[in-house]
Amino acid sequence: MASTLKLEIITPEGPVYVEDVEMVTLPGIAGQFGVYPQHLPLMTQMVPGEIIVRKEGRDTFFATGAGLIEVTAARVSILTDLAVQADKIDEAKAEEARQRAEARLREKLSDEEVATANAALARSLAQLNVKRHFHR
Amino acid sequence: MASARELRPRIQSISSTAQITRAMQMVASAKMRKAQQATLMTRPFAQLLYRIQRRAATRVHEFTHPLLEVREVRKRAVILISTDKGLCGALNSNLFRLAAQFDPATTVFITAGKRASQFVARTRRQLAAEFPFGDTPRFADARPIAALACDMFLKGEVDEVKVVVTGFINTMSQKAYVVDFLPIGEIKGLKIPGAESDAELAADTTDYLFEPSPQDTLSFLFQGYTNILIYRALLEAKASEQSARMVAMKGASDNAADLIEDLTLEYNKLRQGSITNALLEIAGGQMGNE
Repeated sequence: MASTLKLEIITPEGPVYVEDVEMVTLPGIAGQFGVYPQHLPLMTQMVPGEIIVRKEGRDTFFATGAGLIEVTAARVSILTDLAVQADKIDEAKAEEARQRAEARLREKLSDEEVATANAALARSLAQLNVKRHFHR
Repeated sequence: MASARELRPRIQSISSTAQITRAMQMVASAKMRKAQQATLMTRPFAQLLYRIQRRAATRVHEFTHPLLEVREVRKRAVILISTDKGLCGALNSNLFRLAAQFDPATTVFITAGKRASQFVARTRRQLAAEFPFGDTPRFADARPIAALACDMFLKGEVDEVKVVVTGFINTMSQKAYVVDFLPIGEIKGLKIPGAESDAELAADTTDYLFEPSPQDTLSFLFQGYTNILIYRALLEAKASEQSARMVAMKGASDNAADLIEDLTLEYNKLRQGSITNALLEIAGGQMGNE
């Protein structure tokens, strides 16, 4: 039995992470769940949050936006708008983005703009959470 | 005929112009490569999107989604993607010629790029929104454009959405074209050579567990699909802009080199002429003395 699974995190701007890993924890729409090799085939939506990757006993964190997850026995493919590795997140920038998004929300906006601002807020919060978590 | 004194500054100003156009040519070729590279980087995403879409679609038999709805076209929106700056040959005029074919009474424009908004304003057409996108389009630039178009379509303000953009054929040629955006017929235009074919996917009968449901997965995919389609259009527009600019600037540099050569020849002739004249005068004066 294979002891690793292939993880691909893919964004429109290119693949972010493609490695063989031991385990991955994902923010699914129905809650956080972990995937080990030989998982049942599964397709689910992903909500903004953090992906935790375990490779060679060490954890790597990613902040991620909404997306889709495809799980097969040997592979996990993640399709998302945004994924940033924790140590590459610039905390100041994420904080700034959060403030911008909140300021945008305070102004009077159309539904669609509110949705955009909300999504931006969720993304920057996810980045900040991962960053702070990573530093603890 | 111009005097040598007038020619010198002209030669100087042309050569400094040539320096600028040569620099712009170099910058454009570097940016073009970057845009092409970015287009290649969208491939894995498109492949994965397509694969998930096929898998979900085979599981769903009766699927309706508001974005798929085909209606009688009374009003349409056109997403017009142009450059921000000029100096790129006939690129924008070709694009606008194509955009001008849509009936102004029933068409609203959504523009990306300054030139497109200027075109819409100048020709007094309806402008729904304009979006900026920089020299290196980000995925985040594409999202609001796609979101607005989908929103207008879902609210019934428009019955179809088309994208008008300059396509990149190769470095020397670019062609403006129209592509259907909404309603989404079948997910197309993302099929990639080398990607798993339908037959292969059909043979793969892995039974997926869908959470919450295949319908939800498909709905989510449509959003991703509309975004990536616009993102690729932006990248393509950028690649063609830079290649057109590269060619235009190369032409300008070559013309400047020709001009400098002609003017230098003329300048040298004039200079030689005046030296000959001076010599003749000296010789004439000497002969008079003897």
